[in-house]
Amino acid sequence: MSDKSLPDLVPDAKLKLPKQAERTLPGGLTVIAIRRTSVPLVELRLRVPFSKAPLARATLLSQALFTGTGTMSSVDIAAELQAVGGGLSAGLDPDRLLVTGNALASGLDRMLEILAAVLTDPAYPKSEVATERDRLVDHLQVALQQPSHLARTALLKRMYGKHPYAVQTPEPEQIQAVRPTQLRSLHADRVRPNGAVLVLVGDINPEKAIDAAEKALGSWTGPGRDETVPGTPPLESGPVLLVDRPGSVQSSLRMALPAVSRTDPKYAALQLANLIFGGYFSSRWVENMREDKGYTYGPQTSIEHYLAGSALMVAAEVATEVTGPSMLETLYELGRIASLPPGEEELEQARRYALGTLRLGMSTQAGLAGLASMYASFGLRLQHLSEHSAALATVTLEEVAEVASEFLAPSRAVTVVLGDAAKIAGPLAALTPVERDLP
Amino acid sequence: MARSRKIPATKYPVERFTLDNGLRVVLTPDRSAPVVGVAVVYDVGIRSEPEGRTGFAHLFEHLMFQGSENLEKLAHFRHVQGAGGTFNGSTHLDYTDYFEVLPAGALERALFLEADRMRGPRLTEENLKNQIDVVKEEIRVNVLNRPYGGFPWLKLPPVMFSTFPNAHDGYGSFDDLESATVDDAKAFFDRYYASGNATLAVAGDFDVARATEMIRRHFGDVPARPAPPLPDFDEPGPTAERRDVYTDRLAPLAGVASAWRVPDPIGKFADYLPFVVLAEVLTDGEASRLVERLVQRDRSVTSIGGYIGFMGDEFGVRNPTALLLQAHMPPGGDADKVLRTVDEELDRLVHDGLTPGELERTQARIATHLLRDTDSVLGRALPMAVLELQRGRPELLNELPKLIGEVTEAEIVTAAATLRPERRSTVEVLPGVAS
Repeated sequence: MSDKSLPDLVPDAKLKLPKQAERTLPGGLTVIAIRRTSVPLVELRLRVPFSKAPLARATLLSQALFTGTGTMSSVDIAAELQAVGGGLSAGLDPDRLLVTGNALASGLDRMLEILAAVLTDPAYPKSEVATERDRLVDHLQVALQQPSHLARTALLKRMYGKHPYAVQTPEPEQIQAVRPTQLRSLHADRVRPNGAVLVLVGDINPEKAIDAAEKALGSWTGPGRDETVPGTPPLESGPVLLVDRPGSVQSSLRMALPAVSRTDPKYAALQLANLIFGGYFSSRWVENMREDKGYTYGPQTSIEHYLAGSALMVAAEVATEVTGPSMLETLYELGRIASLPPGEEELEQARRYALGTLRLGMSTQAGLAGLASMYASFGLRLQHLSEHSAALATVTLEEVAEVASEFLAPSRAVTVVLGDAAKIAGPLAALTPVERDLP
Repeated sequence: MARSRKIPATKYPVERFTLDNGLRVVLTPDRSAPVVGVAVVYDVGIRSEPEGRTGFAHLFEHLMFQGSENLEKLAHFRHVQGAGGTFNGSTHLDYTDYFEVLPAGALERALFLEADRMRGPRLTEENLKNQIDVVKEEIRVNVLNRPYGGFPWLKLPPVMFSTFPNAHDGYGSFDDLESATVDDAKAFFDRYYASGNATLAVAGDFDVARATEMIRRHFGDVPARPAPPLPDFDEPGPTAERRDVYTDRLAPLAGVASAWRVPDPIGKFADYLPFVVLAEVLTDGEASRLVERLVQRDRSVTSIGGYIGFMGDEFGVRNPTALLLQAHMPPGGDADKVLRTVDEELDRLVHDGLTPGELERTQARIATHLLRDTDSVLGRALPMAVLELQRGRPELLNELPKLIGEVTEAEIVTAAATLRPERRSTVEVLPGVAS
């Protein structure tokens, strides 16, 4: 042993936000442009409100958004984007349609023109839509064999009951039934600028980038439909739901716990309580389940935010033969943090992690774009980073203990285990009431 | 159609030096964000693990996180994350990397942590047993409990290669993992984890003079040990088509993957680079040749991808390696038909060349991907550490977009002409569940 000791940390400089500009265009689209010149690229994120859109049609629309316009085929769109080093793709969550892309900074105008054509002059050609429909169906067939997908599907149903968030993935048969005309009318009805937010980040002049967006997207107009999703129902804990997957060599353990939104006064404390429990590698649950017991590879917990509600999600894949013991340790760690205050050093370590990773997340164009876009869809701006940092810096041990007892109590958990029921039903039933998922 | 565009480049500064113990160091400062990335790369990977010890290089990577001279178990993780940082490591065919990304003020802490484990990890029975269990769960998650696990990166090498280093399963068999001993780990560390067999790269917000001083202070007393002789894993390439087929009990649809040997990525870099562009000409996006033909027109596959190196690390792999194509098929898919169409498209490319603008747009998109990766401090530290280790040329990272942009149509055609059926190795996966 030498006498080497751990070097001290040099305190962080004050959080510095990048230069940015914002304008809401006459059609209702809000454009936020942020300057980070590190590489000669530009990142694009567009979020369009899509709450309560019919799931199968909306999912196929997101898959088929770039299949053609009045003047361009899907191959034309892809080739024209490539010519400026660009690419665009689309996705869907329960609240929004999300377009993601990037290009060489010199190609920003062209990428915006192509995006505008896709948004304002969509064709949904029959043949291309059929191709995308078949691809999506095949993709869903594969997802139906993924334990993580199956466990999440079962958990969402348990959490949300009759709320629209209960089902987030369509059935393959539902996709088969969608026709191009339905995509055209859904597009006309819902792909509208009102309430949408476009974020551009990169080696750009923010004002000029917004001018370019206004020039390209000025013709994107029309009334948006304001669909408000009712608040999510309170979680109803009950017996563990056991979903059978015969022959599974692992069990997928999933829990949902209550949580609050990003702007709630308790949020910073809850974020730190989550970190201390299971939200990062150096948490109690991960150190126990992985580094002490070797039951699992990548256990994780995180707080998921939707417009209508937030939830704290717990997930681990554990070996079938240690499913019971894994549940035991999970219940123990939840019970421990809900019943006893954490240590000072535990809190400081989690606090430094939360503050530090927030800086890491801002250090790339793509990171900034994702953050700004995600915040904007909740009505927040990048400035929220400063406010949230200040909140994280001042949370007290008592506040963390209080939210932990309120939100991390095992008695409040909604729990699903997917695995080989013949092997794991007994060990689980020894710990907690179990209910079988009947087909 | 697309006029030729000037491909932009980065100008990240590069400082290099070597410590007396043989550790090669690369510094690439950039003060545009208050973060740093630290990468340490050792010149040992899956291809160097001994017979009877498949998966050992990866298992050993896990052991490097289990404590070291001045650090208890769990301390490494806590010190990085408690500084506001993140960490990881990964095992490749030809190297193993360890890295941290942190707020700038934590640079010295990361250097201390890496130097401490370079002096020696704590190799105990307890830690070994624990991490064998963890690695087994990793393999269950990524291979055994999901559809298409290990396809094709674990399934194709045994078809394509004949020698143990190139052909074996890099994740390892459970039997081999369970047979690993603390003595194996000590011998592996002594042989491969030498200061002379490693590189350190630091990227981001730091002062070069101060960082140099810190690196000398923390790594200077790591005992000097030379690098072992660099093994040559070359073997003759296939002279006739090789095929294998297996059933995946969790897969609902068939898939097929083929690979062709490519020139030495380091020794024949100029001949190798066109294959990097070719893979993208064939499969990058809806406008690429094979996607347009197989997905859009024929609908004989639902997706197809192409890349170089079984782990997708085209600038971090040594000879021998391959260009891979992998496709998933719709119900009733026919792998032979897909392969015949691929051959037909390759022939067409060889005989008719590229269409106007096709090369330029592909090069522009590759440039975006390369530049985007370098925007993060880790996206500079990690590849520069690997480029220093394998080529002594970390500044190549700045030059890649331009070099990619200089690849000519004639070179692409020459590369495509080598992707013949008789040089191909193919593995087919059949569905084990009805869709």
